[in-house]
Amino acid sequence: MNVSLFATCIVDMFQSNVGKSTVELLERLGCTVSFPKGQTCCGQPAYNSGYVKASKDTMKNTIRVFENAEVIVCPSGSCAYMLKEYVHIFKDEPIWQERAQRIADKTYELTQFIVEVLGIENVGAKLSGTATYHPSCHMTRLLKVQQAPMTLLKNVDGLEIIELPLKENCCGFGGTFSVKMGRISEQMVDEKVASVQQTNAHYLIGADGGCLLNIGGRIERQNLEVKTMHIAEVLNSR
Amino acid sequence: MAMKISKNKFNDRLSMNLDNDFMRSAVSSAQHRFQTRRSTAIESLDWEQWRNHGEEIRQHVLEHLDYYLYELSENVAARGGHVFFAKTAEEATNYITNIAKEKQAKKIVKSKSMVTEEINLNTHLEQLGCEVIETDLGEYILQLDDHDPPSHIVTPALHKNKEQIRDIFTEKIGYTASSQPEELAQHARQILRQDYLTADIGITGCNFAVAETGSVCLVTNEGNADLVAALPKTLISVMGLERIVPTFEEMEVLVSMLTRSAVGQKLTSYITVLTGIQEELDVDGPEEFHLVIVDNGRSSILGGEFQSILQCIRCAACVNVCPVYRHVGGHTYGSIYSGPIGAVLSPLLGGYDDYKELPYASTLCGACTDVCPVKIPLHQLLHKHREVIVEREGRAPISESLLMQAFGMGTSSQSIYRFGSKLASTAMKPFTSDDKISSGPGLLKNWTDIRDLPSPKKERFRDWFDTHSKGGRS
Repeated sequence: MNVSLFATCIVDMFQSNVGKSTVELLERLGCTVSFPKGQTCCGQPAYNSGYVKASKDTMKNTIRVFENAEVIVCPSGSCAYMLKEYVHIFKDEPIWQERAQRIADKTYELTQFIVEVLGIENVGAKLSGTATYHPSCHMTRLLKVQQAPMTLLKNVDGLEIIELPLKENCCGFGGTFSVKMGRISEQMVDEKVASVQQTNAHYLIGADGGCLLNIGGRIERQNLEVKTMHIAEVLNSR
Repeated sequence: MAMKISKNKFNDRLSMNLDNDFMRSAVSSAQHRFQTRRSTAIESLDWEQWRNHGEEIRQHVLEHLDYYLYELSENVAARGGHVFFAKTAEEATNYITNIAKEKQAKKIVKSKSMVTEEINLNTHLEQLGCEVIETDLGEYILQLDDHDPPSHIVTPALHKNKEQIRDIFTEKIGYTASSQPEELAQHARQILRQDYLTADIGITGCNFAVAETGSVCLVTNEGNADLVAALPKTLISVMGLERIVPTFEEMEVLVSMLTRSAVGQKLTSYITVLTGIQEELDVDGPEEFHLVIVDNGRSSILGGEFQSILQCIRCAACVNVCPVYRHVGGHTYGSIYSGPIGAVLSPLLGGYDDYKELPYASTLCGACTDVCPVKIPLHQLLHKHREVIVEREGRAPISESLLMQAFGMGTSSQSIYRFGSKLASTAMKPFTSDDKISSGPGLLKNWTDIRDLPSPKKERFRDWFDTHSKGGRS
């Protein structure tokens, strides 16, 4: 299957390893992966802050870049959801809405794609140790991808999954919220890190770059032992 | 108390509450309790089907609000009641204080009502010389505590623990027993019992008004609304314009959802339904009944992009799951309406001057939308407020606005993005050590005050992919 990868701006700039892992994983699973070079960002930072007009050109760029793809796969639940949201955002521009619908229909978050489209539940990954998984809010509540990540993680050879206490709590990222409401964000991320610590897991796994920048950054700041990993990196471990 | 509960600015309120460890642990454990109970109360139901039904009822009422308001008022009048439509808070308080004057009321007992808080009714009645007594235990505690504002729309004294309540009772009403909730409640009940018997007027809120019969439905666990409604000769119920159901059938559905969503009970101890004045064979009930229907900004929400907020049945399920509320508590919102519902409603009723920060006090995590029994898309409404604040009101800070315009430009032009993202690694070099940024410049400082940031990679993912696709496969 020909997969067009929407890597996200966070992966492109900060987490290239997540991008590499995604590509290698998908290729190993038999996909041909392309990276359309015109891609930038899904538009959420401005859109979620209320700058709807300023973000629309960004979204139009994404639509142009991806509308001819066979399938679009994105290693972020939040950004994948955003691509699907374009349909509502362009409700007053019928031509763009139609084009947005075309990309919405073929956009998948990475684990969702592997389980639902490729029909694979065991990707043959190996990683030894204990891990806990943070189900990010947009992926779980808005995109409604809830089972796929756990299905895949449970089949990683050598990995023991410990359920994260209060896993449904938001980590406090929220895009610009993390800097605009920094003090509240700090409390939220501390609460999340405390939950992670309760598990004593070696790895904290997530499927959203933003949440991982936030939780991982706090873990780094506190010099904690737990290692933050994107699910693509875990599934690409052999 | 009016809707606005503090003169302090948002950041000052925030600081004060973030430092209040006691309040925060009280809120956190209450949220946990409410969430667990709610889950148990809905587990045997097809809750999604109930939610669809709840939403449908509320949307139907809002689409035909004129019809149902007319039907309601006709039926209240037919059963001997008076109906007053108050366009503003002032019209409502004038009408009610005039009744108090006419009755030469000395003592007024009230059951819990957010809308009377919103219109600042107690202050007006007290200025008239009336003694106004809140009979809901939570409200009673706050009233005794020098009118501490409510921090939650269902359990207003959520921010206090039993020891604090004992201290308030000891200081204000001569309490001498322990901090056992049962003893505290018993003491309050004994005092309040005398008040019901000697009050001239009873005032209630309204959970739902039934249009078909002109009835007012009240949901309590203490039975105080029954006594407020049954004992004084004059009864005044105050309701928000939108709190109507067509018939008892819809009332039953919404009450079932309200009690489950609010406190995780299949049913509360008391569901009180008041219909008309005392009739010949009745042993109690008011001789005179007034229904005050308060608009106070609601009709201007109707028909607009925020209409769905009027579906709200004030269950506070959204408040009980909100992670921001958990950390900042109700008083940070500066409004009697706190949590996600408050962050949407307060700016609509009270304006952006006082409440423009509230829509930003959310990660848009969607937990509120998920639990709302009548499917209000709360996180989308919070986002809609941001759009209005930025694009129609022009209230965004200039620095942010410039940054976002630059973002728009940078991410809509492929060449600028490629250039900018390549430059990022070099630009951040002075702030980078060990591949991470621990003390960033400008806005980044707000991030690095709390967390590290991995430095932008010199080899971006796209650079790697270039090499990879040219045959550098691993």
